[in-house]
Amino acid sequence: MKQQAQHTPPFTEGINRVDGIMKVTGAAKYSAEYELPGMTYAVFAISNITKGIITSIDIKAAERAPGVLAVLTHLNAPKVPGYESGKDPSKPPTTGGPLKFFVDNTVKYNGQPIAMVVADSFERATYAASLIKAQYKKEQHETDTEKNKFKAAAPKGGRNGGDYKRGTPDDWKTAAVKVEQEYVVPINVHNPMELSVTLAHWTADDKVTVYAKTQGVKSTQNAIAQAFKLPVENVQVTTKFVGGAFGNALRTWPHEIATVQAAKLVKRPVKTVLTRELQFNTVGYRPYTWQKVSMGASADGKLTGIIHEATAQTSSFEEFTEGTVNMTRFMYACPSVGTVYKITPLDVNTPTWMRGPGEATGAFALESAMDELADKLGIDPIELRIRNHADTDPENGKPFSSKNLKEAYEMGADKIGWSKRKLKPGTLTEDGWLIGYGMGTGVFGAGRGRATVKAALLDSGTLLIQTSVTDIGVGTGTAMTQIASEIFTGIPVKKIKFELGDSSLPPSPTQGGSTITSTVGGAVHDACTQLKEKFQQLIGNGGTDKPDYVKVLKEKNLPQLEVTVTSSGSTEMRNFSSYSYSVHFVKVKVHPKTGVVRVDNVVSVADSGHIVSPKTARSQIIGGAIGGIGMALMEEGIMDHRYGRYVNNNYADYHVPISADIPQIDALFVNKPDYRVNPMGAKGMGEIALIGMSAAVANAVYNATGKRIRELPITPDKLLA
Amino acid sequence: MKDLDKGFQADENHEPKENARRDFLKKSSLLTAVALTPGVAVKAAENHLDEKVAAAFEKMPVNIIVNGKPHKLSIEPRVTLLDLLREQLHLTGTKKGCDYGQCGACTVHVDGQRVNSCLTLAMTVDGKKVTSIEGLAKGDELHPMQEAFIKHDGFQCGYCTPGQIMSAVACIREGHANSETEIREYMSGNICRCGAYPNIVNAIQEVKNGGQQV
Repeated sequence: MKQQAQHTPPFTEGINRVDGIMKVTGAAKYSAEYELPGMTYAVFAISNITKGIITSIDIKAAERAPGVLAVLTHLNAPKVPGYESGKDPSKPPTTGGPLKFFVDNTVKYNGQPIAMVVADSFERATYAASLIKAQYKKEQHETDTEKNKFKAAAPKGGRNGGDYKRGTPDDWKTAAVKVEQEYVVPINVHNPMELSVTLAHWTADDKVTVYAKTQGVKSTQNAIAQAFKLPVENVQVTTKFVGGAFGNALRTWPHEIATVQAAKLVKRPVKTVLTRELQFNTVGYRPYTWQKVSMGASADGKLTGIIHEATAQTSSFEEFTEGTVNMTRFMYACPSVGTVYKITPLDVNTPTWMRGPGEATGAFALESAMDELADKLGIDPIELRIRNHADTDPENGKPFSSKNLKEAYEMGADKIGWSKRKLKPGTLTEDGWLIGYGMGTGVFGAGRGRATVKAALLDSGTLLIQTSVTDIGVGTGTAMTQIASEIFTGIPVKKIKFELGDSSLPPSPTQGGSTITSTVGGAVHDACTQLKEKFQQLIGNGGTDKPDYVKVLKEKNLPQLEVTVTSSGSTEMRNFSSYSYSVHFVKVKVHPKTGVVRVDNVVSVADSGHIVSPKTARSQIIGGAIGGIGMALMEEGIMDHRYGRYVNNNYADYHVPISADIPQIDALFVNKPDYRVNPMGAKGMGEIALIGMSAAVANAVYNATGKRIRELPITPDKLLA
Repeated sequence: MKDLDKGFQADENHEPKENARRDFLKKSSLLTAVALTPGVAVKAAENHLDEKVAAAFEKMPVNIIVNGKPHKLSIEPRVTLLDLLREQLHLTGTKKGCDYGQCGACTVHVDGQRVNSCLTLAMTVDGKKVTSIEGLAKGDELHPMQEAFIKHDGFQCGYCTPGQIMSAVACIREGHANSETEIREYMSGNICRCGAYPNIVNAIQEVKNGGQQV
């Protein structure tokens, strides 16, 4: 700790994105863009029923179509060896496992691939896939969470299972002021710009190279090795650039295994690029979640009890859970809290974590309810939060490793001009529009995991840093370069090379859950520190802090000096609770006649420790805020439950924010280091950038109109109803 | 690229269009005959004859100038400009985001106008000049819009970026970058899921106000 405390963080404008030139010139290679000899293209034919059995499938026309190399179905697909182990095919699939394509004749959701066509061009594969005809025996399906809520049950396993209770949560019922409301967050779909991609190429009978859109090359490598029973090192996964993912590439999906399987069959590289439609039901989504928050407070605004219940959808074959209600346990200093979390299995594909994940869903409910409570108490919503500020973690009694939430409230309130907000809704207008201000808080765990980093000083003067982590767009390479440059102050940024996205490099965790800057950054810090010490030993004590590395290496006849360091968080962390916080402030304009909501101003404040890379951090906060605006005002995956099929599975009908929807956004940072988490004092911010934002928008809309919309998205029809 | 050029050379003496059409009809009647005779068809398939027949009649000649370089190509008429650029010319800077003209990731310039290359059949740009992101910089010297995107961090993942930049350049050339509001409106055909919009708007304003040649 002593050594860490000496580290004084400079707060600069920040370096430009290290891969910026590649991204603006088109030189950045995403996974579909590798050129391999004999490339082939895979296109899926999909089920148009939601539940049932394929009774027959006719692939003759497709097989005869020009350029077609293979058509895989459950009748002819070669076995995936890892799919067989320990499974009795005569028994129904167990819960807890992902779907496997082409292993049997069952259809478990609408749009499930029933055949895969491999052809020598994308056009030929697409055409041939259209020639496949299937007959089915349909069964009654259920896709509506609301209608099937009665089936909801506590998850059988997983980290989010189990009800939580402290004190006597029912105390809310006898409180002076009460709120008891239901909130709904519909299906949200990640919809990154880059479509899901798997490009597989077997280089030997037992060796495969895969270019995959994944948030974790190591996890993809392991999944493929297990599926094909290969030694892990025989699977090479490369992911140099990821065109956004937001969670949908956190796990290895069955279509990826099918692609590797097909490549083995045709003995040529096979490239699968999922269509935009298939992004909706092949690679996860934020599940529809119903919530109820019941809370009570004394007349002076002290919380006495909260109960937060949630029911979310999952698939019929797999339990998906997330931390939807968990924030309520520790966010406010309330003596009595209960949480209940249930899931309802439906005939849909499995949901997955989407940015902010369950916490974003939960924060919409909790932070809306807090706003409702403040309104009933007749006090400012920030004041209510300050009166219930948790100075220590109420869930476990531990101190926080750092928490500057009060300062964040103040910074944001000042910046947006919170003093202009009227306590009474519907009383402020500008040019005929109703004006409202709202705020919401976000929180997410800030831990540090294990990562291994190799750092090498080359005699060319380059500092080479290597680890397997991917960069899904947040600026990992830039942040890591910044960390290294603060240790090797004598090496210019352009001479620091950070290599990532390759399974043969030292292992780093999957990018997700706001852990990478802390985990990989911590390991980069430690590796660079040790490399610098090794160099100091080489030149003897009393060496300068900025030696001529090239000269010394050449004198010592060393082509390079390197270290490989594995590091993780300190045991001291166990004594603390560690979270990143955000506070989002929003000013909206609502048209009283049309119900149109315009976001007029946004200030998002992050309390996430020292800001390692200011330029990319600012972009990450702005981007999360925009994601939250989408969640609040427009995003909703709409299914026609009669058919179990999406009706808006494209960018024209599933609305995401566009430039015209978004004003200038201020991203502010408390920027106080938390050295307990890692030596940079940095905490994650990817999730908090979005968590709490949808509540801030909803609260602002209420402040403008007096209408409380508890079912997202807040569309004009709901405001005019 | 190599294969394509070879394919074109092999079919060097393209007939005038009327003859090509007559030839097409002849070949398609041949294919119809084949299709009506299952036994023959199977045999044809086994020998990959149908593929050869298809390859012969399905391709059409097209001449496109991409980033200043002329390409004489022979392509299937159903190939989009986007897929031609990415899969055949290996110019992968132009991105596929939706294939329906809904996201703008595939934006390129055709004779100076911004178009969604996923909605543009490659045959329709015969004789035209196509500029993709790879053609914007002058060697190592970046275009001012590329510089401004880096400076203002007008991207995160970078996948929509080539389309955003091609659109941004056209937005200024069209005279649609006179205010922040106007820029937002005329850049709304390009989705950025990471949410870099404010930074993109700032980048465009800087280039516009800097008065540089775009």
